Amino acid sequence: MRFRARGDVVPVLLILLALIAAPFFLSIYGLIVLTEILTMSLFALSFNLLFGYTGLLSFGQAGFFGAGAYFAVLTLIHGPGSLWAALAAAVIGSAVLAAVIGWLCVRLDEIYFAILTLGFGMMLFTIAHNWRSVTGGSDGLGNFTLPGLNLFGHDISLFHPVSFYFLVLLIAALGALLLWRVVGSPFGLLLRGTRENSLRVSFVGANVRAVRLFAFILAGALAGLAGALFAFFNRIASPEMLHWSFSGKAVLMTILGGSGVFLGPAAGAAIFFVLEHVITAYTTNWMIFLGAILVVLVLAFPGGVLGSLLDRLTRGRKGPPA
Amino acid sequence: MTEPILLEVREVSRSFGKFQALRQVSLKIRTGRLCALIGPNGAGKTTFYNVVSGRYRPTGGRVFFEGQDITHAPAHRRVEMGLLRSFQITNIFPALTVLENVLVPLVVQHGKSFACLGSIARRRDMAEEAEQILSRVGLTGQSHRVVSTLAYGDKRLIEIAIVLARRPRLVLLDEPTAGMNPEETDRMIRLIRELSERSETTFFITEHDMKVVFSVAERIFVLNQGSLLADGTPEEIRANPEVKRAYLGGSLDAAGR
Repeated sequence: MRFRARGDVVPVLLILLALIAAPFFLSIYGLIVLTEILTMSLFALSFNLLFGYTGLLSFGQAGFFGAGAYFAVLTLIHGPGSLWAALAAAVIGSAVLAAVIGWLCVRLDEIYFAILTLGFGMMLFTIAHNWRSVTGGSDGLGNFTLPGLNLFGHDISLFHPVSFYFLVLLIAALGALLLWRVVGSPFGLLLRGTRENSLRVSFVGANVRAVRLFAFILAGALAGLAGALFAFFNRIASPEMLHWSFSGKAVLMTILGGSGVFLGPAAGAAIFFVLEHVITAYTTNWMIFLGAILVVLVLAFPGGVLGSLLDRLTRGRKGPPA
Repeated sequence: MTEPILLEVREVSRSFGKFQALRQVSLKIRTGRLCALIGPNGAGKTTFYNVVSGRYRPTGGRVFFEGQDITHAPAHRRVEMGLLRSFQITNIFPALTVLENVLVPLVVQHGKSFACLGSIARRRDMAEEAEQILSRVGLTGQSHRVVSTLAYGDKRLIEIAIVLARRPRLVLLDEPTAGMNPEETDRMIRLIRELSERSETTFFITEHDMKVVFSVAERIFVLNQGSLLADGTPEEIRANPEVKRAYLGGSLDAAGR
């Protein structure tokens, strides 16, 4: 079975334990890289709800990621200076935006859907880039302070990399858990059915557009959440976050890790950022080397790195697939 | 015969540009009677199914299902009313398992299309219902196989199972035995006959194979160049000189196989 909605629980718990223990054995630099990986994992996982599970290739996912960043930062600057309010604004704002844009996009599929999402992504980028009075233009919005968290009477400053890491870990894990429940639900089965054969799904009585739109909204909301974390992480919301090339990153990470495995996109994010950090330490021509390594990886692991490895493992255990 | 009318098609036309695929076709299907639609290649059989099932809108005329005008209803609304179809080219979910293929329509049937948090694996009721449907079409013990690995004949049975999961009132089967070997064809015919006799479902099939048509159908409609040429019992159709001229007599080979 190529698509595993439900992986084994034990390895997932082990990964989670390792992530919780990470601040005790990683350097601060390592922890910062891991924070970025977790944020981008949530972004890539949200993208894969559309790509891997629903069969829709979105080139506009960064639009919701970036919109979430702006919604969160604008809430911090102009609204209540609460972290939770900012995160809620990111989720709700991107969900509403995804509902409006998705309503138009889900009318088509395949390349037409990809082009529509690309077009809307470009429009969102332009809004972020040119609406200076609100978005700060090409400079972005950086003049905000990250509020602290009040936990059991203790004020926790998120300026400390360890406390910020735990916040990101908590939110990314909750986001992943939500997505996991979605793909294993009756609705998740309809998504996979739509991916396999949308005609048949509408001829068993489901409204394919509504099904796709709901997936689009969920994916947009979680991308917005990831974008808010990314803006907190970088202390800035900037137009590049909405650029279509940023959407391309989600595509790349997902295919690299494997769109057919639930955690494939997260594995892809990890490989991508570790490679990027390692290579940029040695050369300014890092894109050539990163590109070359990605080409080799994609050729060597056609189902994605995690996808192919898991395939090999299960084959070893259960014999060749029937 | 006074069974209630299930499907009524009134002067339905459909054209593609200048080409008239259907010309004012009218017919009635009554509950419980296995009917067949025949006609030479290009006669408009599949277009007719597409119009009735909601894949295409007719360019003229009306379609009624159980007395309700469904001419402009989207496909999924017609399914909700109990009008289901199969496709000439097998239309299933290749990368899903046999069980999942039948669970997809059951999710919709149970109104759980947007249930996005509970686990489908814990829905024992749906899984049991799916197994029952699979055993009705003769597919048991293969629930966890990925459908793309099944034999061709079994894949076509999956499509029947998918359709049955929605507890249909009327099923349009578009060439259910197309591409099957004689053994698979026999199995399919027996299944259709059995389902037609034992269930509440009425079947309306198109078929190339005249042997199949004359052995199962209680009533036959003949399409020719987009128009309804004849309508009657198998004996009447066999004796109809116009049908013979247009179809059976002239080019039996093109029609049969």
